[in-house]
Amino acid sequence: MNAPTPGALTSSLLYLDGVSVSFDGFKAIRGLSLTIEPGEMRAIIGPNGAGKTTMMDIITGKTRPDEGTVMFGGSVDLTRLDEAAIANLGIGRKFQKPTVFDFHTIEDNILLALKSKRSVLKTLFWQTESQQQKRIDEILGIIKLTDKRERLAGSLSHGQKQWLEIGMLLAQDPKLLLVDEPAAGMTDGETAQTAVLLKEIAKDHSVIVVEHDMGFIRELGVKVTVLHEGSVLAEGPLDQVSANERVVEVYLGR
Amino acid sequence: MPFLFSFLRLLAVVMALLAVPTIALAQAAEDAFTRLGADSFSDTARAIDILVQSAHPNAAVVIEALADGRLLAGGGAVAVKTKEGGFLDARTGQALTAAPAGLNAVRLNNNVRRVIQGALGGLGLINPDPGKRVAAAEAVFRARDVSVLPVLEAAIAKETDNRARRALREAQAAILIAKTDAPPFDRIAAVDVLRERGDQDALATLRALPGDASPGLKEAQARAIAEIEGKLALWRAGQNLWYGLSLGSVLLLAAIGLAITFGVMGVINMAHGEMVMLGAYTTFIVQEVIRARFPGLFDWSLAIAIPAAFIVAGAVGVAIERGVIRFLYGRPLETLLATWGISLILQQAVRTAFGPTNREVGAPAFMSGAFELGGLAITWNRLWIIVFAALVFAALLAILKLTPMGLQMRAVTQNRRMASAMGIRTGRIDALTFGLGSGVAGLAGVALSQIDNVSPNLGQSYIIDSFMVVVFGGVGNLWGTLISAMSLGVANKLLEPYAGAVLGKIALLVFIILFIQKRPRGLFALKGRAVEA
Amino acid sequence: MITRFLLSNMDKRGYAFLAIVAAIGLLVPLANLLMPAGSPLHVSTATMSLWGKYLCYALLAISLDLVWGYCGILSLGHGAFFALGGYAMGMYLMRQIGSRGVYGNPVLPDFMVFLNWQELPWYWYGFSSFPFAMLMVLAVPGLLAFVFGWFAFRSRVTGVYLSIITQALTYALLLAFFRNDMGFGGNNGLTDFKDILGFNVQAQGTRAALFAMTCVMLISGFLIARGIVTSKLGKVVIAIRDAESRTRFLGYRVDRFKLFVFTVSACMAGVAGALYVPQVGIINPSEFAPANSIETVIWVAVGGRGSLVGAALGAVVVNWAKTVFTSGFMAPYWLFALGALFVFVTLFMPKGILGTAQGWWESRKRPAPVPAPEPAPAE
Ligand SMILES: Nc1ncnc2c1ncn2[C@@H]1O[C@H](COP(=O)(O)OP(=O)(O)OP(=O)(O)O)[C@@H](O)[C@H]1O
Ligand SMILES: [Mg+2]
Repeated sequence: MNAPTPGALTSSLLYLDGVSVSFDGFKAIRGLSLTIEPGEMRAIIGPNGAGKTTMMDIITGKTRPDEGTVMFGGSVDLTRLDEAAIANLGIGRKFQKPTVFDFHTIEDNILLALKSKRSVLKTLFWQTESQQQKRIDEILGIIKLTDKRERLAGSLSHGQKQWLEIGMLLAQDPKLLLVDEPAAGMTDGETAQTAVLLKEIAKDHSVIVVEHDMGFIRELGVKVTVLHEGSVLAEGPLDQVSANERVVEVYLGR
Repeated sequence: MPFLFSFLRLLAVVMALLAVPTIALAQAAEDAFTRLGADSFSDTARAIDILVQSAHPNAAVVIEALADGRLLAGGGAVAVKTKEGGFLDARTGQALTAAPAGLNAVRLNNNVRRVIQGALGGLGLINPDPGKRVAAAEAVFRARDVSVLPVLEAAIAKETDNRARRALREAQAAILIAKTDAPPFDRIAAVDVLRERGDQDALATLRALPGDASPGLKEAQARAIAEIEGKLALWRAGQNLWYGLSLGSVLLLAAIGLAITFGVMGVINMAHGEMVMLGAYTTFIVQEVIRARFPGLFDWSLAIAIPAAFIVAGAVGVAIERGVIRFLYGRPLETLLATWGISLILQQAVRTAFGPTNREVGAPAFMSGAFELGGLAITWNRLWIIVFAALVFAALLAILKLTPMGLQMRAVTQNRRMASAMGIRTGRIDALTFGLGSGVAGLAGVALSQIDNVSPNLGQSYIIDSFMVVVFGGVGNLWGTLISAMSLGVANKLLEPYAGAVLGKIALLVFIILFIQKRPRGLFALKGRAVEA
Repeated sequence: MITRFLLSNMDKRGYAFLAIVAAIGLLVPLANLLMPAGSPLHVSTATMSLWGKYLCYALLAISLDLVWGYCGILSLGHGAFFALGGYAMGMYLMRQIGSRGVYGNPVLPDFMVFLNWQELPWYWYGFSSFPFAMLMVLAVPGLLAFVFGWFAFRSRVTGVYLSIITQALTYALLLAFFRNDMGFGGNNGLTDFKDILGFNVQAQGTRAALFAMTCVMLISGFLIARGIVTSKLGKVVIAIRDAESRTRFLGYRVDRFKLFVFTVSACMAGVAGALYVPQVGIINPSEFAPANSIETVIWVAVGGRGSLVGAALGAVVVNWAKTVFTSGFMAPYWLFALGALFVFVTLFMPKGILGTAQGWWESRKRPAPVPAPEPAPAE
């Protein structure tokens, strides 16, 4: 499905053009353009308030842009769809502030995320098949929470919640993963493990990672987009971008 | 044009009247006194007419005495027995030294009594007090007694007071329009006068036009009726608008405290209505004390009750906040339940202390009565409540905008954690805010004690309305609450004539339910990330 | 599939509940019918009807717990669904009176004759048929809930706003049913029932059968609710309660799930109302009073929200306490007690009787408990 669908306007998996949004007159995103190719992993950096999370809000349907185009899979206009529809198209998201279902067990959190029909009746008469159970076990192994599977998610530590969210993303098996600050609040060791995990995921998914941790970005070794005041400031390999005068200026202040 | 003619006509009549020699009048009066002695009902009635028309100086005294059965006549002499027991000569008005002998009270029957009523109205027309003259003219307007016409016209000629003259003209018009033998021009002019008067009575008078009317008169009548009806409809709309504003101000008073507690603290205070009730009962107690100890201060009772109610309700509010609500922040639905429980307790407490029945709260002089403004009937208590609501609103706005406490309150509204991090003592602010909201509810209770039954259920009847107002207006915005209260009040009263009170209310509830679907956060919602969490 | 749906995941507490209700449903009618009046084992008809009423409330509480305890929708209008079910049953019972009314009109109920109505309003058609009336017991509350929820959930009205508009809903219905020209008996409601399915409603045997039926319905309601909350749909619903927008980002159409649960719950409340009416002998607009709905909430809170057994228990306990209180010298203090109960439970027993007891039990069994998650945001 990575090949552009017939009638597609673009071959990109995700295509943002001229997107703007303002909150009470404050322009959080101005004329943002960005394309993600199928199978690509992209890192997005930018100072606080640059609009990184807002961009994800727009892609996932949480925030409606005032203007601009947001296309997925070449032909689907995301600005017309709601969150659930966008999620079902195959866009998964990990939030900046980890949000898991505190009153469900870790296993149930994964089960809820597991790719499956989301209709009311299907979930009412749901029976977990052995294959699905295997996948759940597998994911629990990947995120190293197998022995805690019966625990309530609310009892996990911050870092473990981050991992659980990534596990939920895996279970969703989306075409495109939006990962907002996966390494925040993690030890160096955990950060490195997260980078490995993300690279593993990127093998058969498209991924957008937002992160402040430059070491982490370097670890990923992918193309970097620098956002500043709601639009793209620079784009390219990390070394090239970090040599860019304006980027340095933005990060260090004048 | 018709007006000019009618004016000329009137002028002619007046001139003619003025030209009547005094001697003729004196003779006529003498005839009347003779007839009074004739002991015949028809003669008595005629005598009354003559006395009135001749404008005899003693006419009023004589006719009043007649009405009371104090007029004595016999053998050509006529005397009035005064209320004090003395006697007067009816002709001259001079006091008689001794009771005249051989005189009997002039008898009355219903016909005579009716004539007396009309005559007394006619006599009032020449009363020295312009206010009385207006009242008399109004009476004539209603009675439409043709026999008064000459007096009326004489009175118009002499009249100097504008208001009185207008009233007299209207009375004259009311008679003329129904007087089939009056000159057509006069009658058309009369239609004009009534059209200008333009009220329900004028309309009724116009509608009662006899069938004989000429086409021109009929047309004038139809036009006048249409115009008056249009004008009356406008006034009615205006009156409903007024009722609406009045209801709106009551809603505003009841809801504004809730807007503060709900808006600033996100707390659903189900006991809010009981704060209103406490305010009303405080007013009751204040009045009881004043009645018992300082009866002279009664007119000040509300002024004294205002701070008292604020303090009582505010203190109870602070106690509730410190005792219960502060343990429930971030759990709005639990707060709702707990405060509902508190409301039950407060209701029952008041019921136990004051009994389940309505308590009487009196109205000071300046709150009672009504006045008319154009076609609007305005009661003083409603007017003062609107003024009071406006003052409370302005004061709250000032507190929120201008005082340090207001600033801190707004900071807490917008970001509780941040405010706390910046050293604002959120606990204290919460308690004060809650106290303020509750105190304002107490103020509402003072106002409501003037228009509603003061009973333990007082609060219950306002709580749902108050919630509707706050939710419709949007949380955390006082202006939203104002606009919401006023529009709901006005909409309610404008719907009432068509749908009836109950259906109108149901319609509004349904409207709000639908409205919330469209704008889940009310008319003027706070925006931003904070509210989405 | 259905039995698996209903009985899978049944825990000990669930079985105990089923066993107790089944036993009551069997033994109480027997004790009423077979034991002589003097016997200590005899249950009087009045007592039986009283407990029948409690059990109707228990079903109502379960229906409310389904939406509040599991889905986080605090409905302050569940009394409306209960009352609508009750009115549907009441209309059937009215039509069964036939010409035995005071005015002897074979078609029109007395209050309509009194209002000089000439014919039966269209919405009364069909209510002489029991199956149709029973369909309406489910359909009317269900449809109202569906329409209301369809609007409210699609536009994402949540939290206190939703609570307030549910309250507005029941308040509007209260006002409407008070009107005589609505055709539901106005202020007085529907009463003076004679027969149900040809049996005298007052008769002891009918009362016993109604009681048993209430137990059957309570069991069915419990099983359905339990089936729902233990299914994957139940997990989704709990997820919605705790993190609504996160659930949406997983691709679940939150509004549909809420709508489903809300509608099922309303139907259940309607059934409870329908069973209530023949046992108390009257249905009138005061059942729509917002205060009633709030009281239902407190039953659930007292028993333990998020636990179906708890909700049922709470309903019975609170109502039993109310009967005891209001029949004695303490009657004037009932509202104090009820009010204090509201405050106490929300402050000190957020998990209700059952949750608190369970927590206590578990803490005794396992000295080192897992760190409990933060209390769920109620919105
Ligand atoms: N719903 C909203 N209402 C008002 N302002 C908003 C809203 N969402 C975002 N903003 C504003 O838009 C700007 C961009 O925010 P955003 O969260 O996208 O930044 P970010 O790049 O993710 O920053 P960070 O690195 O701190 O996460 C900020 O100034 C923020 O305050
Ligand atoms: Mg961010």
